[in-house]
Amino acid sequence: MKPAGRRWRLPGQHWLLVIPPYLWLLLFFLAPFAIVFKISLAESTIAQPPYTALYEYVNDVLTLRLSFSNYLFLLTDSLYFDAYVSSLRIAAISTLICLVIGYPIAYGIARAQGPMQSLLLMLVVLPSWTSFLIRIYAWMGILRNNGIINTVLMALGVVDEPVRMMNTELAVYIGIVYTYLPFLVLPLYSNLVKLDNRLLEAATDLGAGPVSRFLRITLPLSMGGVIAGCMLVFIPVVGEFVIPELLGGSETLMIGKVLWGEFFNNRDWPVASAVATVMLVVLLIPISLFHRYQFREMEGED
Amino acid sequence: MAQSPGIPRFSRICLSLGFFFLYAPMVVLIVYSFNASERVNIWAGFSTRWYGELFRDDAMMSAMWMSLRLAFATATVSVVFGTLAALVLTRVRNFRTKTLFGGMVTAPLVMPDVITGLSLLLLFVGMANTLGWPAERGFLTIWIAHVTFCMAFVTVVMSSRLRELDRSLEEAAMDLGASRLGTFFQITLPIITPALASGWLLAFTLSLDDLVIASFVAGPASTTLPMVVFSSVRLGLSPQVNALAALLILSVTAVGMLAYLMTLRDERRRQRQPG
Repeated sequence: MKPAGRRWRLPGQHWLLVIPPYLWLLLFFLAPFAIVFKISLAESTIAQPPYTALYEYVNDVLTLRLSFSNYLFLLTDSLYFDAYVSSLRIAAISTLICLVIGYPIAYGIARAQGPMQSLLLMLVVLPSWTSFLIRIYAWMGILRNNGIINTVLMALGVVDEPVRMMNTELAVYIGIVYTYLPFLVLPLYSNLVKLDNRLLEAATDLGAGPVSRFLRITLPLSMGGVIAGCMLVFIPVVGEFVIPELLGGSETLMIGKVLWGEFFNNRDWPVASAVATVMLVVLLIPISLFHRYQFREMEGED
Repeated sequence: MAQSPGIPRFSRICLSLGFFFLYAPMVVLIVYSFNASERVNIWAGFSTRWYGELFRDDAMMSAMWMSLRLAFATATVSVVFGTLAALVLTRVRNFRTKTLFGGMVTAPLVMPDVITGLSLLLLFVGMANTLGWPAERGFLTIWIAHVTFCMAFVTVVMSSRLRELDRSLEEAAMDLGASRLGTFFQITLPIITPALASGWLLAFTLSLDDLVIASFVAGPASTTLPMVVFSSVRLGLSPQVNALAALLILSVTAVGMLAYLMTLRDERRRQRQPG
């Protein structure tokens, strides 16, 4: 009889599966980071491409020229430090708002049954299938001085002159929560749906009220989903460009916008690379936190 | 599983408010796309004028064609790579560099677009200088960038399906003499086909949606739909974009409803014949 089950463990052949995606990711995902780091050590020049070479090989002499001036520049100009801090703050606050709104939604969907559950789930995911850009654009029309909210407020006589909402941080928060909410709800839902109801019933039998049931059973057991969901919002939002650009105006400082400006407007590739490198270092802990949960989820716990 | 007590009232309220928040802006967009006025937020009667203008807008149309081709090519290759990666994660027991592999699969899910875009552009520029390839940036470079981040999302979809899959079916097929490849094509593939379809659709929409990464890696000659939309939206509201948005929202809703009805049918079928 052939041994059942463990065939995939046979040596040799699984490399056919591993190699194509592995090589692709090594070349197009991992290697580029090394190049970003390399160019962050170069200097900006007017040339094609607009940065200096790191090493020269002239008359059998190899000259290495590493310049840390870009990093020093990030330290001396307070714009960069402020942009990092403000990005982290905006990302943290909007993640919290998403969690407060998203948890009850995920919980409600996890409790729903049969076709209702699939319907609710689809209704949460559906908006994220339409264009991200267009959903931000929708809010531009709503939040403007002569947009819907202000028209209604003024017609009702609540305010005499339009409330300024566009080009404020408020608009940025609305845009972020609006577009990133599904990313928090989904992992949280898939965690909460696994929750064993007997635990809650046992707690009720032992006299626990709804609040203590939630705080002592549901919440601790869903921590993995909470972390994954929060990181799926927090990390991309730190580097967000489109939302602060379209809704935040010149008032909102975010590092993604600064990087974009360095690259596209100033054409200073080395400084843009240094900004990216520092951002990556700042995000290393959140990314590894996310990875730990997601990897276990994908591999399967057994 | 124990009897589920249904949705608590507090969650019901949150769900309703949440859905209002998610859908009201889109309804507003659709309504205003039928506005006759040039001034986007003053209602001047019903008209389909902007739909006509949208289809006569050559820049928008050629960018849309480019984006659709790109999304199709991206989705197709992402599904292959994503499925391979998911098979590696769920089926191949630990190999020496599996941790690195796992990191490279999960990190693109959260990596800020500006970092991915910048790093890929610098790679392409570096490769062009040393290897002479890619000679110019355009469709090919955007496609490479899109496959790289889309395959990670496909891997999530596929690995969750592969994990739930009943392995005894595959084992039975192999015990009956099917080869591993035969088992994959005759047993595994038909079971995971719905997941492949949703992975393909996910990659398609992600690619169609990307602005930031494409802006970095596109050459001067190539423009995708989000790039055109972004440059016109940056200047303010535009009635053509309203019409485009309405078309997009309606077609996505149609696909979503279709997918929902299909899962509903599957569920009913599964209930009728358990196991």
